[in-house]
Amino acid sequence: MYKPIIGLEVHVELKTKQKMFCGCPTDNFGKEPNTLTCPTCLGLPGALPFTNQEAIKMCAKIGLALNCQLAEKSLFERKNYFYPDLPKGYQISQYRWPLCTNGFLMVADKTDEKRKIRINRVHQEEDTGKLLHPGDQTLIDYNRSGVPLVEVVTEPDFTDTEQVKNYAKLLAQIFRELEVSNAEMEKGDMRLEANVSVSPPGSEGLPNYRVELKNINSFTFMASAITYEIERQIKVLESGEKITQHTRGWDEVKKETFVQREKEEANDYRYFPEPDLPELRIKNLESRIKQEIPELPNMREERLVQDYGLPSSSSATLSASKELAILFEDSVLLGKSKGITPLEISNLLLNVSVKNRPKDSLATISTIEQSKSGIIDDNNQLEVLAGEVITENRRLVESYKSGKVTVIMALVGMVMRKTAGKADPLKTKTILEKLLQS
Amino acid sequence: MNEPVFWSLKETIKALADKKISSDELNLSYKDRIKKLDSKVNAFRYLPENLDGIPAAIKDVIITKGIETTAGSKILEGFIPPYNATVISRLKAEGVGVIGKTNCDEFAMGSSGENSAYGSTKNPWDLTKVPGGSSSGSAAAVAADFATFALGTDTGGSIRQPASLCGVVGLKPSYGRVSRYGSIAMASSLDQIGPITKSVADARLVLEWISGSDGLDSNCVSSKFKVESSKFKDNLKGVKVGLPKEYFAEGLNPEVEKVIKEAIKKLTDLGAQAVEISLPHTQYAIAAYYILMASEVSSNLARYDGIRFGKTRDYFGPEVKRRIMLGTFALSSGYYDDYFVKAAQVRSLIKQDFDNAFEKCDVIVGPVSPTVAWNLGEKIDDPLKMYLSDAYTIPASLAGLPGLSVPCGFSEGLPVGLQILGKYMDEETILNIGEIYEQNTDWHKEKPKL
Ligand SMILES: [Zn+2]
Repeated sequence: MYKPIIGLEVHVELKTKQKMFCGCPTDNFGKEPNTLTCPTCLGLPGALPFTNQEAIKMCAKIGLALNCQLAEKSLFERKNYFYPDLPKGYQISQYRWPLCTNGFLMVADKTDEKRKIRINRVHQEEDTGKLLHPGDQTLIDYNRSGVPLVEVVTEPDFTDTEQVKNYAKLLAQIFRELEVSNAEMEKGDMRLEANVSVSPPGSEGLPNYRVELKNINSFTFMASAITYEIERQIKVLESGEKITQHTRGWDEVKKETFVQREKEEANDYRYFPEPDLPELRIKNLESRIKQEIPELPNMREERLVQDYGLPSSSSATLSASKELAILFEDSVLLGKSKGITPLEISNLLLNVSVKNRPKDSLATISTIEQSKSGIIDDNNQLEVLAGEVITENRRLVESYKSGKVTVIMALVGMVMRKTAGKADPLKTKTILEKLLQS
Repeated sequence: MNEPVFWSLKETIKALADKKISSDELNLSYKDRIKKLDSKVNAFRYLPENLDGIPAAIKDVIITKGIETTAGSKILEGFIPPYNATVISRLKAEGVGVIGKTNCDEFAMGSSGENSAYGSTKNPWDLTKVPGGSSSGSAAAVAADFATFALGTDTGGSIRQPASLCGVVGLKPSYGRVSRYGSIAMASSLDQIGPITKSVADARLVLEWISGSDGLDSNCVSSKFKVESSKFKDNLKGVKVGLPKEYFAEGLNPEVEKVIKEAIKKLTDLGAQAVEISLPHTQYAIAAYYILMASEVSSNLARYDGIRFGKTRDYFGPEVKRRIMLGTFALSSGYYDDYFVKAAQVRSLIKQDFDNAFEKCDVIVGPVSPTVAWNLGEKIDDPLKMYLSDAYTIPASLAGLPGLSVPCGFSEGLPVGLQILGKYMDEETILNIGEIYEQNTDWHKEKPKL
C-alpha cells in the first residue's frame, strides 16, 4: 500500500481593529480600493512599521490553543521577494524566530481514529495587497496590505483527505471560538496550502519530493485536489517514473490538478531580522493569555464524553458547534429532575435537522416529554392519518372547499378518533389545512 | 557679522522675539544670499517658493509634505510626499520652515557628496574640494550661511564628517533618540536624524525639539532629550576624556593629528583629564558596517520597483547599485552565516569595546575624519579608499552612540572637526563638553570667503 504523506500550511487573517504595523482599519470587505491605506502600508519612502500588540496576543493565543511553546525570544524578519502586490519589496514575517513552536492537535482520520498532528510553528506576518484584473489591465488594491496574518504550519503528519478536512474544520472552529478570526474561506479569511507526496510500500522515511498545492481558494476544491493528487502520484510512481518537486493548482472544470510552476524555482528569500522592529517578548504574558482561552471544541469533546458518558462520535458532533453544545448541557441540567438522561437529549439533538432543532432547553425537554407521554406529533404519521380521513369523508371535504372552513374541526376529530385521542390537535389541524389547500 | 544670515539659531530666535526682524525679512535675506551664491556651492537641490518661520535646510532624504523629496536620486525625481516626517512636524510646531531641500549622496550613500544624481555640492571653504557626505548640502548650507541650521542624517558618519569638513557643528544623536519616521531609509538599524548648526548650543536646542517617541518608530521609545542631566557644567574639572589609541594610528593625516592634539590640550587646560583607552575591534568596523549596512540597503531599496514611483531600477546610480549587489550577496542562502551573522557578531564586540572604554572615561575624543576635505573627483573611482574615510565615525554608529563634531582648527586652510563620543543616550555630556570647548576657542567664528 502506498502511504500518502500530507503537510498543511494555513494562513488566517486576524480580526484586529487595526492593521499589523499601522493604524489603518482591517475591515476591507467590499470597500473602495486603496481607501484604507497610509504611508506605512503603502510602503512609501520613510514610513515605518509599528507592531500591533493585539495581533501578537491573538497569535500567542492560537499557539497556546494548539499546545505550542511560546518563544523566549521572537523576532520579526524580512522575507525579501518581488511581487507587485508587495509594496515594500519584502514581507514582514517570521522564519528563524517564530512566536510559537512545537504544538499538536488530535485529529480523526478516515477510520475515525484520533491521531496526533504535530504543529511545527505558529507565526505572525502581514498580508499583501491584491491584484485586480479588469479587462486587460492590472490594478493594485492595497486595502489588504498589512492586515495581520497568522500562519499555522504542520509537520507532514496527515495520511488521508478526511483527516485534512477534519483538521481544517477544527482549526476554523478554534479560530472562531478564540474570537481571533471569522475564518471564512470564501472571504479569504483562511487560506490553505498543502504539500503532498506518497511513500511506496515498504519504504522508510519521507519521500525525496513533495508537490505543493497552492492558490486553491475553496476548501472543497483543496480536498478534491489532495485526493486527486494522491491517486495521480501513485499512478506515476507505479509506472516507474519519478516525481520532482513542483507546484500545482486545481482545475475545477477538468477536475484535475495542473502544473503551476515546474520545479520549485530556487526562491531565496534572504531572510534577516527586521531592523525596524524590536524583539517580541511575550513569554511573561503566557499565564494571562492562557486564562483568556475559552473551552475549545477539542477540549469540549473530551469533557462531554467524561462528564456525560456520551459515545465519542456523538460528543464530536455536539462539540463542533458551541451553540449546540450549550443547548445540550442546558437541557441536561433541566432534564435531570424529570428523569431525562443526557443520552436521550443527545439522541434528539443529533437526529433532527438544524432547521427543526428545538430553540432552547425548555423546548428540548418538552419535546422529549411529549414523545414519552405518547402524544403523536410526528409529521409523517399525522400526514398519513390525515390523508386517510380526507379520502374517507368526501362530503365534509367538499363543503370545506366551498367555503365552510369550520368543518375542519370535524376532520381533526376523525384523526383524533383514529389515534384514540393521542394526535397533537394543533399539528393535525395545520397538516389538514395544508393537504386541503393543495 | 550683523547680517541676519550670520546669526546663530539662538540669536535668530531672540531677534524674532524682540521684533528686531520679521520672519519675512529673515527669509528674504537668506533667499538673496542663496540666489547670489548657491550656484557656486550647489548646496540645495530644491528651493520652495513659500517661506515662513526660521529657515532650516533639510536634507533631501527627509520627507516633506508637498515638497519634492528625492533622496538625491533620479529614481524619486518628481516624488511629492503626502506626509511629513516627524522631525518636520516637530520643527513646524516650533516655528521653523523649510528654506530648501539640500543635496546629498544618493540615498545617503557616500562620503563626498559626489554620488548625488543632481551634481556635487562644493565645499564653501574651497570650491575645488568635497564638502564631505552624505549630508553634503546640509553642512555646506550652514557653513555658507544659507540657513539658520540644517538637518542631516547619519548612518556611518554622514552628519559628523561633512560637519567636520565644512567647519560647522554636527550632532549624531544616540540611535533611538530621534524618530526616523519620514527619513528615507538607507540602513534602518543605523540611521539617525540630527542637527547641523552654527553653535553647540543650537545643536542642543534642535535636539530638544526633534527628539522623543512619536509612536511611529518602534526603536525610538520615550527618549525625549532632557536638558541638564550632566554633571559637567562650567569647566571640565573631573571630566575624563578617553583617547582611543586606534584613532591615532596609521592612516591619520599628521597635520590633522596635530590640530586634534592641540584641541585635546585645550580640553586638559580646561581641567579635563586625558586617559588612553583602547577600542580593539576598530579595525573590523568598516568591514562589518559594509555588510550590515548593505544588507539593509538591499532590502530597503526594493520598494523602488518602477511600479509606483515611475522610474525603473536602472535610474539608480553606481554606488547604490554596488551596495544593493553587496547586500543581496551577503544575505543569500549559503553566505548569510559567513557574512551577515559574522558581521552582527563583530557589531556586538564593537559595542562591548565601547562599554569597556566608558568604564575608564566619560567621553571619547578624537578626529572625525583622517583628513581634511579632499579634491573633487579624487576618490570617486576608488570606493575602498572612500570607505576608509569613515573609519572613525563608523564604530560609534554600529554601537548606536551619540557623537558630536565641533570645529577645532584648520589644516591647509581647511576645517578640522573634533569628534566627541558619548555614552548611549548621554548627549548632554558631549554637548556640555563641546560647548565649554567652543566658548574657550574661536574656531566656530571663522567663516569661509565665498
Ligand atoms: Zn496603513
